[in-house]
Formats: sequence, structure tokens, C-alpha cells
Amino acid sequence: MDIRKLGLAAALGLTAGMAFGPAQSDPVDDTLVIDGETEITTRAKAVEGVPFDEVISGWHYRTDETREVEADSFANPGMLYVERGEEIWNTVDGAAGKSCASCHDNAAESMRGVGAEYPKWNAAAGKPYNLELFINDHRVEKMQAEPYKFDAADQKALVTFVKHQSFGMPVKVDLEAGDMKAWWEQGKERYYTRTGQLNMSCATCHEDNNGNYIRADHLSQGNVNGFPTYRLKQSNMVSLHNRFRGCIRDTRATYPAAFSDDLMALEVYVTWRGTGLSVETPAVRQ
Amino acid sequence: MAEPKPRVKVPKTASKGDVVTIKTLISHEMESGQRKDKEGNVIPRKIINKFTCTFNDKEVFSCDLDPAVAANPYFEFNAKVDESGTFVFTWVDDDGSVYTSESEIEVN
Repeated sequence: MDIRKLGLAAALGLTAGMAFGPAQSDPVDDTLVIDGETEITTRAKAVEGVPFDEVISGWHYRTDETREVEADSFANPGMLYVERGEEIWNTVDGAAGKSCASCHDNAAESMRGVGAEYPKWNAAAGKPYNLELFINDHRVEKMQAEPYKFDAADQKALVTFVKHQSFGMPVKVDLEAGDMKAWWEQGKERYYTRTGQLNMSCATCHEDNNGNYIRADHLSQGNVNGFPTYRLKQSNMVSLHNRFRGCIRDTRATYPAAFSDDLMALEVYVTWRGTGLSVETPAVRQ
Repeated sequence: MAEPKPRVKVPKTASKGDVVTIKTLISHEMESGQRKDKEGNVIPRKIINKFTCTFNDKEVFSCDLDPAVAANPYFEFNAKVDESGTFVFTWVDDDGSVYTSESEIEVN
């Protein structure tokens, strides 16, 4: 244990006997460089209204081994889903005989920066859209194909692929468009509302206790710049709404449906909190 | 996931006697055979049960895999190369499918 960690342990009022426990609780001071080339912004000055000085990517809260996997684009299993997403992008589906590529050509150009700006106001629908909803709309209207069911393997792979085209670009949500402000307000209210038998809000863990451990889990600020994320626990890609539902379930509350107004508002608010962090998709987490 | 897809990373060139690092990854659900579906029926086991790597037909690495191995198995190992040649990687699935990948290396 180095001096810094000892100081922290003392500050937390821990006794020397607890040195065996996870006494260290601040995020790891490290820099995320992918393949030794691309530096990713994992710490950014918080925008006005966010109750932190600095917003920090969940990457800093993970173990050395997990952080290493994300830093190596070969070892990162999420890249398998990016590859699968590219296949789907180029595969014709539906009665119109079109693929994503039929209209949008090369995703590296057409989708560059797109994912970094979602969720985004959709005037026709009168609500914010995330990539899942956007893709499903296009599948129905342009491709005359079936919309993906929530968390279908192909949905996760395609969203991961599209989001990955904005890899390294800063998260930026446009709150000026349409009624985004009202949705942001609704999301903020959801964020601070305690629910479930455990009576916890998002803020209980990710604002008041980030950096502390909840059992074996090192709580992060709950930024979503890495979604869809490869989670080692599931050995699979995990979508944002799946994670929202998992968190809410863990407070022993009934959880809202994916893409419901409740969760879309929360997506707007939580994504905004991470403004300035790089898109890390596919991030690797515990 | 669709059809398992192997990925390998081998240096394109090396000097004689070099020890090179080889990385492999294959997309595979590695269904353990110990889980049940919503109706309570056991989901049949389907895993990669063997992995081998040969260099110019000579085995350099092999191992058996068991149900506890997580999805998308990743291997990283080293091999000493004394001549140019081809690495052949083979993954054997429970259903009898064999997935292979080849990489050439030039040794100066």
C-alpha cells in the first residue's frame, strides 16, 4: 500500500486491520490509449449543471486486467460484435431489397459522429430517439423489414457498429432541439427519485457514493459513453436500456419497459452528464 | 452470434530465432450445458472443446477447453520461429464443426 492509499484509508476512518479489504476507492489514475496509438478522453471538465468538477469514464473504476482488455482492440471481445454489425450493415433485409449500406454507403464516413449525438430529438415522433429506435424506424419505413425486438443479437451488434464509427469523439447531446429540455427535466427527476424496496435512486450510488464499493463492485459515476458495453459478467454486449433495467431491478423496484418514455428521458439526462467524454463503444466492463 | 468467426494476430515478419507473440480470439457463446431456458429445459452444451496451433505442420500449442471457459475464448501465447512458414489455428466445436484460420510469417 502506498502513502496515498494509506492516507485515504485514514481519511475514511478505516483501521489497519481492514487493509485486506478494498480500501482503495478513488478511480485509478491511468490513461486509456487504444493499441498504443489512439488516446481516449476518459476525464473531462463537467458541463454546467453536473454536480461534479470532472466527469470520469467508468473505465477508471475497473481492474487493471479489465482496463487492459479495452486498451487492446484485438483482445476486446466487443470488437467481434463490431465486425458482426458491419456484416449486418451490408446485408439486404426486408421487402424493399435494401441494406443499410444501400442508402448510407460507407459507415466509416456516413456514420462518423452520428452516434456521439444520440439521443437526439426526433420531430416526427415528437420524442427523443436513440440509435435503436432510429434503426428500427429505418428498417420498417425504408427497408420494409421487421423492427428488431429489444436486445435482439442483431440489434446490439448493429448499434455497436454504428456507435463505434464515432469512436473517440466527444459525447454531445443537443438539448436545444424540440422539447429536449422537458425530457431532460423528466430524466433528471427520474435520476433523483428513490425507488424500490431498497429505496435507492441513481444518485445514491453514482453521485453520492461513486468511488465507494457496493459489495465487490466499485461504483462509477454511471456515465454511458461506452455503451453498448461488453460486460464480462454476461460475456456479451449489454445495451444501455438493459443496464438501466438491471440497475433499477437491483433496487428491488419494478422496472420500466425498454424505450419507454421513462427510460428515454433517463437516457437523455444521463448521456448529457457525460458530455465531453469520448465515445468508447465497445467499452469493456466487469 | 452468427457462425463463429476466428480472429488471429501474428506478426508478418520476424528475425530467425525470435519469440513472437500470437493472439487469437473466436466468437462463440460457449454454452455450458448447465443453464436452463425459460421453460426449465436444459440448454444443451455447445462449446469449443479443443484448440490447436501448428507451425509448418508441427504443433506449437494446444489445449482442451471445458464448460467453465467464458464466451469468446481468447488465447495469447508465444512461439519461437526459425524459418518462414504458416501458422494454422484450429478450433473444434462440440457439434463437430471445425473452424480454422491461417497466418503466414516471413522470417529473415
